Amino acid sequence: MIAEFGHYALVLALGLALVQAIVPLWGARTSDATLMNVAGSTALAQFIFAAASFAALTAAYVGSDFSVVNVFENSHSAMPLLYKFTSVWGNHEGSMLLWVLILALFGALVALFGSNLPATLKANALAVQAWIASAFYLFILITSNPFARIAQAPAEGRDLNPILQDIGLAVHPPLLYLGYVGFSISFSFAIAALIDGRIDAAWARWVRPWTLVAWMFLTLGIAMGSYWAYYELGWGGWWFWDPVENASLMPWIAGTALLHSAVVMEKRNALKVWTILLAILAFSLSLLGTFLVRSGVLTSVHTFASDPSRGVFILAILVLFIGGGLALYAWRAPLLKQGGIFAPISREGALVFNNLFLTSACATVFIGTLYPLALEALTGDKISVGAPFFNLTFGPLFVPLLIALPFGPLLAWKRGDLFGAAQRLMWAAALGVVALAATFAIQRGGPVLAPFGVGLAVYVMIGAIIDPIERIGLFRQPFAVAFARARGLPRSAWGTAVAHFAAGMLLFGVIAESQWNSERIVSLKPGESVSVRGYDLTLDNMIQRPGPNYRELVARFSVRRDGAVVDVLEPAKRTFPQRQMSTTEAALMTVGASQLYLSLGDIGSDGAIAVRLYHKPLVLLIWFGCIVMVLGGALSLSDRRLRVGAPKPARHKPSLQPAE
Amino acid sequence: MTRKQRRLSLIGAGLAVLGLAAGLVLYALNDAIVFFNSPTDVVEKHVAPGSRIRLGGLVQPGSLVRGDNLAVRFEVTDGNKSVAVSYTGILPDLFREGQGVVTEGALDAAGTFRADSVLAKHDETYMPKEVADALKKQGHWKTEGGGYGLAGSTKETKQ
Repeated sequence: MIAEFGHYALVLALGLALVQAIVPLWGARTSDATLMNVAGSTALAQFIFAAASFAALTAAYVGSDFSVVNVFENSHSAMPLLYKFTSVWGNHEGSMLLWVLILALFGALVALFGSNLPATLKANALAVQAWIASAFYLFILITSNPFARIAQAPAEGRDLNPILQDIGLAVHPPLLYLGYVGFSISFSFAIAALIDGRIDAAWARWVRPWTLVAWMFLTLGIAMGSYWAYYELGWGGWWFWDPVENASLMPWIAGTALLHSAVVMEKRNALKVWTILLAILAFSLSLLGTFLVRSGVLTSVHTFASDPSRGVFILAILVLFIGGGLALYAWRAPLLKQGGIFAPISREGALVFNNLFLTSACATVFIGTLYPLALEALTGDKISVGAPFFNLTFGPLFVPLLIALPFGPLLAWKRGDLFGAAQRLMWAAALGVVALAATFAIQRGGPVLAPFGVGLAVYVMIGAIIDPIERIGLFRQPFAVAFARARGLPRSAWGTAVAHFAAGMLLFGVIAESQWNSERIVSLKPGESVSVRGYDLTLDNMIQRPGPNYRELVARFSVRRDGAVVDVLEPAKRTFPQRQMSTTEAALMTVGASQLYLSLGDIGSDGAIAVRLYHKPLVLLIWFGCIVMVLGGALSLSDRRLRVGAPKPARHKPSLQPAE
Repeated sequence: MTRKQRRLSLIGAGLAVLGLAAGLVLYALNDAIVFFNSPTDVVEKHVAPGSRIRLGGLVQPGSLVRGDNLAVRFEVTDGNKSVAVSYTGILPDLFREGQGVVTEGALDAAGTFRADSVLAKHDETYMPKEVADALKKQGHWKTEGGGYGLAGSTKETKQ
């Protein structure tokens, strides 16, 4: 019954979305306020029905209702409750339902918090949002119904893919989707502006917070996915340049570019046409990611059951929205008025530089991801494009970008002083060179790339905080004065500094992990030891332990440093009888930002167990960097100027604002 | 500078960066990509020893031999030809005889494929796409994953 309820709610959501897709648009054309207002209420109602549908599927999972095919295929009554919840989206149908739920959520949020938007912009944007929603509701209802029943209900389910039975599944997909789908708002606003044929700085001010929110979630989602892969797959890698990862990286890069170009548009009313294009591209790349992952074109842990009709359907959605969006852009963009002019050396110029390099880097990822598919379709040759390709293309493009990064905030709008900015960056450059020399001296003959990477990372980190340090007069003024000034500095300035600092942290982590990683692969019998970087690990014993829906072989290791036991690690291998699969549970020991990483292989005929041991120096900086970057985004978002619902500049007196 | 000059300089800079990116991509595509081969391809196309390729197929049942110090040998087959593979290290969780596998490495002079990475499937019901295609080509393809017949048939009987 509850499954049918969910199915019905989804059909109603589709109906509401269709109304929302047409009526407000007509209202905007005829300037009919009543028709335009339909958008808000249908967006809210649509969200309520999508949520009801999602809740129904969740109820079927929590209640282990195996008469629902989807539950039968992806759940097991003995599974811990958390995984019963998360397996709702641990499969194709459910994850698409989560996708539309988040799409409907964003639509509802615009309806709720968009009271200060111009009526036509809001109506058009919500209508575009509803076109996307309608397409995906249809996709789910026609090709991927999560509520289909089995005539003869089985007594037990087939269990969730054991790799997915992890807290990571609770965190990674929802965050990632909040990011992916969040870009639909920028897309809808861009299309709405094109339909309207009018766009100004205020548009950027409305779009930027939404883009920022989506970007923050996408950053977190990618970072959490990376950490999950790192500890779950058992071989210590945190980024594989897997097409599915690239599919999430491309919208991230485009979104980062969009955030920066929207600043120019907001402050200087320039780069309008380009910003609109980026808004369309960011969401197009999100759709492309959905297509790559959900169509079965690629095989990976993310691709659940695939079915050709789904691929064709998503491809049709893709062509419709990307093609339609770009066609509308080609037709309407020339109508948009040109904005303010600026010298090449200026804040705008720096942001254009940022955009050029980000979009070029995005293009290389795009080619590396799609070239194998195109080549196979055209010639039948199968190739794999992996880390070496991306290290050769993506890496070199990021070096000039990172060198230029600290300059941006130091240059003035319109006409900047490059020499002055360079002078102010002297300290950052000097410390970078010191770090380079120190690294060179300390590692004595280690990898050549490491000192340069560390030098660049230090330069970026120090360069990022020079602007706020100078502006608050730290080290020059008494601390109390500096503190008071720090409080007075706009939050967005802090946000920029923190996010840019985080880029340096991330680079530091990537360099340290990739250049100084130590690996030992050995086979051990109980009592034997293995050492890495001053840590001695002894295999004490191996025991079998039962889990709720698996058995596990646990190997207990004592970790010694200078003879004293500092920790006990228990890596395990779990066997899931229902799916005849096993997973590797790595054991991690964190020391500062570095980690010891221990995972198990198979037991050989002689009773020795294969062990993989890594020392990963400063590896946590990779994910800390992402988290700090998101904090920077949050600071920027909390800036009064950008706060959703407070778009008016602070200098306007509240009494002059119309009552809401 | 006039507006036109500014715009031209902007476009020039854009083209320069895109040109740089295109150059890097072309260089990397020459250098850093790896072709996928089935065992039949390896035998018939006479892949040169030392050139880096991916080899995929099924692990020949009964061919897995574990040596000392985590050395393993097994054969990869597509039902027509098979190629001996040697590898040192830990095999992935889902590596099994009779199941699909993709290995990356190069042939040595004796014709043994020295793999430095072995990838198995992520899920018991899937086969790497390249492997599935290679098997289809050799006419050894049965329904995907066997066990999924049930799921396929239940979808017809919804409601």
